[in-house]
Amino acid sequence: MLSVIEPIVVCVGVLVALLALAAGLVWLERRLLGLWQDRYGPNRVGPFGLLQVLADMIKMLTKEDWIPPFADKPIFVIAPAVIVFTVLMSFAVIPFTPHIQVVDLNIGLLFVLAMSSLGVYSVALGGWASNNKYALLGGLRAAAQMLSYEVFMGLSLMGVVMLAGSFSLRAIVEAQQGLWFCVPQFPGLVIFFVAGLAEARRIPFDLPEAETELVAGYHTEYSGMKFGMFFVGEYLGIVLVSALTTVLFFGGWLGPVLPPLVWFFLKTFFFICLFILIRGTFPRLRYDQLLAFGWKVMLPLALLNLVVTGGIVLAKS
Amino acid sequence: MDVVFYLSGAVAIVSTLMVITRSNAVHALLYLIVSLFAVALIFFALGAPFAAALEVIIYAGAIMVLFIFVIMMLNLGIQTQTQEREWLNPKAWIGPAILSAALVCELIYALTLHKGAVFAAVEVTPKAVGIALFGPYLLGVELASLLLLAGLVGTYHLGRRDERSAAREGDAP
Repeated sequence: MLSVIEPIVVCVGVLVALLALAAGLVWLERRLLGLWQDRYGPNRVGPFGLLQVLADMIKMLTKEDWIPPFADKPIFVIAPAVIVFTVLMSFAVIPFTPHIQVVDLNIGLLFVLAMSSLGVYSVALGGWASNNKYALLGGLRAAAQMLSYEVFMGLSLMGVVMLAGSFSLRAIVEAQQGLWFCVPQFPGLVIFFVAGLAEARRIPFDLPEAETELVAGYHTEYSGMKFGMFFVGEYLGIVLVSALTTVLFFGGWLGPVLPPLVWFFLKTFFFICLFILIRGTFPRLRYDQLLAFGWKVMLPLALLNLVVTGGIVLAKS
Repeated sequence: MDVVFYLSGAVAIVSTLMVITRSNAVHALLYLIVSLFAVALIFFALGAPFAAALEVIIYAGAIMVLFIFVIMMLNLGIQTQTQEREWLNPKAWIGPAILSAALVCELIYALTLHKGAVFAAVEVTPKAVGIALFGPYLLGVELASLLLLAGLVGTYHLGRRDERSAAREGDAP
């Protein structure tokens, strides 16, 4: 009986924790940005403004959920769900502790890459289905950006795979017992984190929704909870990239004294804060700069990292 | 896994039929993506998770995104949709239907001849795929990479910036 209940409990627990975290992140981001920009964030509703999350949720859910008459209805409705679905699916293979993991696939890392590559459809199709110039431009930008940054996101992780000798995320964490991969794979870490910023479409890579040029990019026509889905998808994306950085480069649950789950949470939380700090610091890039940077700097660096790591692994064995 | 195999097989066939019969290009592409997912699931059910992952990453996640990208750029309107609908008149179905029926008969005949085990008992791990690719099939891999390189060089040549014409247009940097 226990063997039946346990996976269900893990699934539900992970789902609830993630959705709560994504909602809480909105508050955290506004408070932290306030702190770093020398002003108060939301601090009126409840203690420390914590109930702001609830107020935002009520607002989002009760707003008119409008589908423009000129939109392609089925695709318009599916698009926001796709991003939430793909990001949540990626969490299925993330090992939170030695015991809490939904499923341990031997192609775990590839599964995450596959899901992140499918996330592109959400923004591209959302932009197309809106039948609006700005949304279409945003969708096009998103598709080009995510497609090109995906290429070296995958390549930057192959060094980790070589060192661990497996695609399974659990095996990768266990291979970091002696030394976290952030030391031997430092270039890989930097490239992955930059690619992660682009995949999550965060400043400085938030061109698909650049509000000064494109109104709101691909979600211009979206309102109510459909917009909320894009929003939640973006925040879940931040959590996912932070969790992946922790698992792949910073030893996942490994750490002294404290229980594994706490270590995992602390490390992930650090990277989430880093995401927010980057948002508060950098200006937005120009579009051609973004693509040129990706193909001319990051891709060669990722390839070089791959060759050097491969050479060292071969020489050692 | 039996159920997964037949269910995803059915989904693949139905969605591929939808690809052919849709008049809206983006809808057709979306059905094609569903069909690719179904094929990936078939690979998974047959014990080849690595092939399944690559199917999703490369076909569904990269190549189809490029297709969608191009269709979005073209922004085909109602006109092309009506044009497509005209092409799909009942008369156009007769020839292909007869030919496909012949193929289906052959397939059923072939299937009844070989009543072997459908499902592989062993799971093909990523390592096994790598060893096979860079062992006995090394030549094939190298040839494929040569082909890709030729394609890459060709694209670069076609997309290069022509110095003279750029100067004539007066937009040289």
